[in-house]
Amino acid sequence: MTRPSDPARAALVRLVRDEGRRVLATLVRVTGDLQLAEDAVQDATVRALEAWPRTGVPPEPRAWLTLAARRRAIDLLRRESARTGKEAEAVSLLDRGDSEDAPEVLRDDMLRLIFTCCHPSLSFPTRVALALRTLCGLSTVEVGRALLVPEATMTKRLTRAKEKIRTTAIPYRVPADHELPDRLLGVAAVVYLLFNEGYSATAGEDPLRPALVEEAVRLARLLHEVMPGEPSVLGLLALMLLQDSRREARHGPDGQPVLLAEQDRRRWRRDLIAEGVVLVGAGLRRCPDRPDPYVVQAAIAACHALAPTWEETDWTAVLSWYAALLSVHDTPVVRLNRAVAVGELRGDLAGLAELDVIPGLEGYPLWHAARAELLLRLKRAGEARTAFAAALALPQNGVQHAHLSRRLDAAASA
Amino acid sequence: MPQYVAFTYTEDLDWTAPEQADVMVEYDEFGKAAAAIIRGGAALYPTTTATTVRVQGGKGGDVLSSDGPYAETKEVLSGFYLLECTDLDHAIATAAQLPAAWLGAVEVRPVITFPER
Repeated sequence: MTRPSDPARAALVRLVRDEGRRVLATLVRVTGDLQLAEDAVQDATVRALEAWPRTGVPPEPRAWLTLAARRRAIDLLRRESARTGKEAEAVSLLDRGDSEDAPEVLRDDMLRLIFTCCHPSLSFPTRVALALRTLCGLSTVEVGRALLVPEATMTKRLTRAKEKIRTTAIPYRVPADHELPDRLLGVAAVVYLLFNEGYSATAGEDPLRPALVEEAVRLARLLHEVMPGEPSVLGLLALMLLQDSRREARHGPDGQPVLLAEQDRRRWRRDLIAEGVVLVGAGLRRCPDRPDPYVVQAAIAACHALAPTWEETDWTAVLSWYAALLSVHDTPVVRLNRAVAVGELRGDLAGLAELDVIPGLEGYPLWHAARAELLLRLKRAGEARTAFAAALALPQNGVQHAHLSRRLDAAASA
Repeated sequence: MPQYVAFTYTEDLDWTAPEQADVMVEYDEFGKAAAAIIRGGAALYPTTTATTVRVQGGKGGDVLSSDGPYAETKEVLSGFYLLECTDLDHAIATAAQLPAAWLGAVEVRPVITFPER
């Protein structure tokens, strides 16, 4: 994922990676060997990036890559001596060169690849790394940089993952209908983690970190393409688009974060909001009995996205969505966000009362900060200062620390 | 087809005792239901019957045997099944039918197939 300044080159890299993962998905099915397929596709993409700038992009880039990857796979298989049975079969399968697979077959290949990389018998960090390597097509070095893991560690992690897939015979298949909702939540968790890693990246970090937002959105779009009717997928994509719509407004000119309440809403991306809102609607129509956590979180994000100002937010709607969310996903952080909404709808004192009864957040800086902000509005500056100080005493990133320090100063002069 | 061993980890109990009869019925039911893929297995006496053996100083050295299991834990190895399954998902689904899966835990590990020599 080099980020060359040349946009034509960037578009070419993007095209090769997107087509490459589809070629990979099919090649894994044909060879039954993820490592082999990955090596072959890697070789094909390198060749494409060398050749295409000279020759121009071929009219059928995927067919070109498929052919190149198959040839390479055959070379690799033949090179390994003393091969019998299954491998010979794979060579014969590859030799057929049937690149004219039906769209349903290609779709299922992609699904198989997604669910294999996110299999529950792999550890969560492994799934995240595999998703970036195999589904997004990043190199091992890039995966390490994006996830702040040393290259050697990442190489080992990915190698072990592929070994485990092979030795334990993790199946390359789409989960059965009754398993799908659970398995899909596992996939969504991987994608959402990637999004948040990128979303929380701060200025000065490796540019690969903020670029994870883009990778996560692309993965969610891919999920949506192959599973268009799944509520979790609709909700996940909607949630990420709605959050990402605020990208430009989230930071001031000095790189400091700007809270939602204070953001310049003219800088929000209307196109992403419109797309997100449509997806939320589709998601809500598809989960009538049990609310899907992603759809509900996206609905809350939509309430904010559609409000002309912070004050004009439909807090009644926001609160009812939080009630729905708590029924399926009751965590202290969700309660914290709900308490903030209570403060807006029913007043600062009511919000503070809600915050004070949430257990288990003493070690969470944003809980202290939320209390501090309400105390400040209630003109209880002394208590507000204590709460800001408590927040600042906890571990957090530098940007947040700087923000809370400024708020403490504001409380001191209040 | 790949083979897996499903190790059962449970409370350290005497499976021959009359009060385990109900659980043993459940294991029998599992044995019948999974007969087609079970390639072997055994239930084990409690860890009070275990002896840990080591040889000190390399091959041919002193044999040191001591009482009890290698590791003292709340859930102990209490038995195993050798299963032949289509893939890991099949093995997981099968292991989930073992009473140990709800009484304790089942560890599923693939069996190495060494090339013929």
